[in-house]
Amino acid sequence: MFDFHPRLKQRFAALRTGAEFFSLRYVRESGQYLSVRKNVAEPPSLSRDEGAMLTVRVNGVEAYAATNDLSQQGLQAALERAEQQARRIKPHALLDLSHQPVSGDRADYFSPNLQQPFASLSECFELLGAESASVPKDERLVNWEVSLGITHVEQIYLSSAGAELRQAQRFVYPGLDVTAYDGSDSQTRSLGRENFGQQGGADVISRCGLIGAGPQVADQALQLLLAPNTPQGPRDLLLMPDQMMLQIHESIGHPLELDRILGDERNYAGTSFVKASDFGSLQYGSKLLNVTFDPDIPEELASYGHDDDGSKASKQFLIREGLLVRPLGGALSQFRTGLDGVANSRACGWNRPPIDRMANLNIEPGDQSLEQLIGGIEHGILMSTNRSWSIDDARNKFQFGCEWGQLIENGELKGVVKNPNYRGISAHFWKSLRAVGNAGTTRVLGTPNCGKGEPNQVIRVGHASPACVFSNVDVFGGDA
Amino acid sequence: MSISKSQVETFKVLVNWLRDAVREPEQFTLSYDAESSAFVRFNHAKVRQAGQVQQATIGLKLIDDGRHADLHITLSGEQSTDLQRLAEGLQQLRETLPLLPQDPYLLLNHDDWQSQNVQEYPLPDTEQVVAEIAQAAEGLDLVGFYAAGPISRGFASSSGAFGWHQANSFNFDFSLFHENGEAVKASYAGHAWSSEGFAARFRQAREQLEFLARPLRTLPPGQYRAYLAPAALEEIMGMLCWGGFSAQSIASKSSPLQKLYAGDQAFSPLVTLDEKVSGSLSPAFSGEGYPRSDLRLIIEGKAGDQLVGSRSAAEYGLTANGASGGESPSALNMGAGDLPQAEILKQLGTGLYISNLWYLNFSDQPAARLTGMTRFATFWVENGEIQAPVSTMRFDDSAYSLLGSQLEALTAERELLLSPSTYSQRNTSSALLPGALVSRLTLTL
Repeated sequence: MFDFHPRLKQRFAALRTGAEFFSLRYVRESGQYLSVRKNVAEPPSLSRDEGAMLTVRVNGVEAYAATNDLSQQGLQAALERAEQQARRIKPHALLDLSHQPVSGDRADYFSPNLQQPFASLSECFELLGAESASVPKDERLVNWEVSLGITHVEQIYLSSAGAELRQAQRFVYPGLDVTAYDGSDSQTRSLGRENFGQQGGADVISRCGLIGAGPQVADQALQLLLAPNTPQGPRDLLLMPDQMMLQIHESIGHPLELDRILGDERNYAGTSFVKASDFGSLQYGSKLLNVTFDPDIPEELASYGHDDDGSKASKQFLIREGLLVRPLGGALSQFRTGLDGVANSRACGWNRPPIDRMANLNIEPGDQSLEQLIGGIEHGILMSTNRSWSIDDARNKFQFGCEWGQLIENGELKGVVKNPNYRGISAHFWKSLRAVGNAGTTRVLGTPNCGKGEPNQVIRVGHASPACVFSNVDVFGGDA
Repeated sequence: MSISKSQVETFKVLVNWLRDAVREPEQFTLSYDAESSAFVRFNHAKVRQAGQVQQATIGLKLIDDGRHADLHITLSGEQSTDLQRLAEGLQQLRETLPLLPQDPYLLLNHDDWQSQNVQEYPLPDTEQVVAEIAQAAEGLDLVGFYAAGPISRGFASSSGAFGWHQANSFNFDFSLFHENGEAVKASYAGHAWSSEGFAARFRQAREQLEFLARPLRTLPPGQYRAYLAPAALEEIMGMLCWGGFSAQSIASKSSPLQKLYAGDQAFSPLVTLDEKVSGSLSPAFSGEGYPRSDLRLIIEGKAGDQLVGSRSAAEYGLTANGASGGESPSALNMGAGDLPQAEILKQLGTGLYISNLWYLNFSDQPAARLTGMTRFATFWVENGEIQAPVSTMRFDDSAYSLLGSQLEALTAERELLLSPSTYSQRNTSSALLPGALVSRLTLTL
C-alpha cells in the first residue's frame, strides 16, 4: 500500500515552479467487474489506472494539468503547462484566489476491513454462478444477471503548504436483476446495482442481501408482471430507503451544491432553486427533516478523512428541523461566498479537477417503526427501488419512478402495483414529510453514478436514509 | 498541445511486442484511446477553471482455449514503462484465464482488415479562443465550456487487423443568460475554428436572447402543439438509443423499442433513421475489432437493423455489424422532411417552440413513454409569432405518439450536433437531425 509514496514525495520535492502555491494529487485505481448472465459467466473486465493532477496558483489564478507521465520530467512538464495556463488566462480570470487559505494537513484514511483479502476471482464467480442458478426456471423469466464490481483506490495529496494526505479505499458493488416478460409487457426487479455500493470487503455482499436473493427477486418480477398499473391520484407516499436515496440526491443534494448556486453549472448540470441568501432562513421541509453531510459512517461510499482539496471532513447538519442551515460547498465555494460549508470538493479521478459534490448525504432517523409508518397511512402507496429519475435544471419539478409498488389502505399493505411513478416540486415536497422511520428502517446505500461538471465527471456518493412518509402526493402508473 | 505523429508508431511498438509475446494458441485484441485536451470553463463571461489533460489507455483482451478476459491499462507515454505495464497485464490475464469457464458466446473476427483515418487540421490557439469568447461575451452573462485537442483511437489483433483513427477537434458549448434567469443554449464545434464562423453563431444566440427579455408566461398542464428543434429532438433520440437498438436489449426485453421490433408499434412513415458511420467523426471500427457498417435502424417508421456486437451475434445467431460493447449508435442520421425552416412558426401557428429538452427518462419503458423538462429558450407562439418565453415545464408522452400519430412534419434543414460529452474522454458521437412539428405534446407539471 502506498508503495509509490516515497518516490512521489521525492519527485514532488524536486519540482521547480514560480507559482505561489502548487499541489499534486496522485490517484491509482484498480478494478474488476464480474458478472454471470443467465448462468453464463461474462468475460471479466479488469482495469489499472494511475496518473496525477498538478494544480498551481500564480498571481491568484489557479490552473491544472493532469498527466499519465509520472516521471520527474513528466510531472515537471505538467506543472509547467499548468503554470503557463494560469498566466495566459489571468486577464480573463473570474476569481482572484490570492487570499484563499490552503491546507497543510497530514493524515491517512482507510476503508474498513481493507486489510482483509477479498474473495478470489474463482470464489466470486462461484458465488455469482450459484445465485444465477437459483433463479427459478420459468419461461417468462427472459433475462437475469448477477454482478460484482470491486474497485481499489489509493490517493496521495501533496502540497507546497506541507499537506500530505493518503487514502486507501475499497468499494464493492453487488447486484442482481431479473426481467420477466409476458409477450407484451416486461418488468424488471433488482437488488443492489445502481442503488447499492459500500466501502469494505466481503461484508458488503452480506449487507446487500445478495446471497440467496435470486428466487425472491425473480418472484417479485413475476408478481409485477401480473400486477395492475398504479392507480392515478393523490395518495400518502411511503418511500423505502432505496428510493429515498434518489429523492435526497436529486432534490436536496444537487440544489444545495454551492457551485450550482454560484452559477458554474448553468451550462450543463443546471442551477438551483435555492439562493445563497436562503441559508439560515429557508424552511426547506417539515420539522421532521434533518439532513446531514456525514463522512464518518465507515462503510458508506463517500466516507473519507479529507476531500480532494485537502480540507478535513466532519459531520455537519445541512438541514435541521426543516430549516436550511448549510450548503454543500468546499473550500473554494466557501471562499467565494463567505458561507460555512463542508469538505466536499471532490474529483472522480486524477484527470478531472475537484468541484463541489455531495459525498455522503443522509437523513437522520426518526422514531417510527416500519409497522407504525404503514399503520399511520389511510390511503397510500409504498414505493421501492428507483428505476427512473427526471428533474428540472433548478432541481425543483421532479418525476421519479420505482420498480415496486404496494397499495396501503387503512393502515395495511395491500396488493402489488406496477409502474409506480410520482411527481412533485422540491420546494413543497419536503414540507409534506409527515413521518420518519427509526434506525431500524435505515439503510446505508449509495451509487457510483452521479454525473456533473465540465469536463464531465461521474462520482460515487453515499446516502443513508430511513423509510419516510409524505402526505398527498400525485402518483400514477404506466401505459401497459 | 498535440498528440505527436509518432503516436501511431507508439501503438505499433506495443502491438509488435504483443505479437511476439503471445504463445500459440493464444490470441489477442488491443485497443488504444488517447487524447490531449485543453479544458476551459466559463462563468459570467470569465474563465472559472482552466486546465489541460493528457491521457492514454489500452484495452487488452487475451483469448485462449475459448476463455477470455479484458484488462484496461493507463499508459505513461514512456516506452519502457508501457511495455512493462503491458507485460504485467499479459501475465495477469494469463493467470486469470485458467480460472474461467469457456465462453459459449465468444466470437472473434479473424479478418486482417486495415483502416486508417488521420485528420490534422491545425487547432486554434487556446489563448486566442479565450480572448475571442471574452470579447464576444462582453456585457453578457455567458457560461460555457471549451474543449479542444487531438484524439486518437487504435485497434489491432493477433489476426493482423489494424485500425487507426486520429482527429483534431474543438467544441465550445455555451449558454447566454438573461438577467431574468432565462437562457439560450448554443454551440460552435468542428475541426477548423473560424473567427467569422464563431461570431455568426454567437450573434444568432444573442438575437434569440432578446426574445427572452419578454415577461415569462406560465402554462397550465395540458396538451399543446409544439415544435421540437433538432437539439430537443436529440434528447428524445438519445433516450431511444439507450438500449433501443441493441440486439441484446431487444432480445432480453429491456429495449424501449421492443414493441417496434416486435411489430406491435410503429413511428410515422416520415421517420427514417440511420447509423451512418461513413463520413462521421467516430472511428470506422469498433473497440472489439469489427469494421462498423452503415445501418438503417428505422425505415419509414418501421423497425430496421439492430446494433449487433459480437456477443449478441453469437448468442442470438445474428451477424456482428461493428456495434460497440453497449450496442448504442454514435452517428445518428435522421432523414429530413419537407417543412422549410422559414415556415416553422407559421406551421406551428399557436403552441410551443422548444429549443432544448433536459433530463429525460422513462415513465414506462416498454411503452417508450418518456418524461423530461423544457430547458433553455422555450417560447409561446401565437398565430406564427413568438409571444413570450415559457417557464420550465415537464412533459410526459409516448415516443410512438410524438414521432408517430402526432408527428406532422420534419424540417427540410437538418442540424449536425457534435457531442460535447467528456465523461472519461472526449466523445466523438454526432447526430444529424431535423426539427419536428408535433400536433400534441402533453405537459404534466
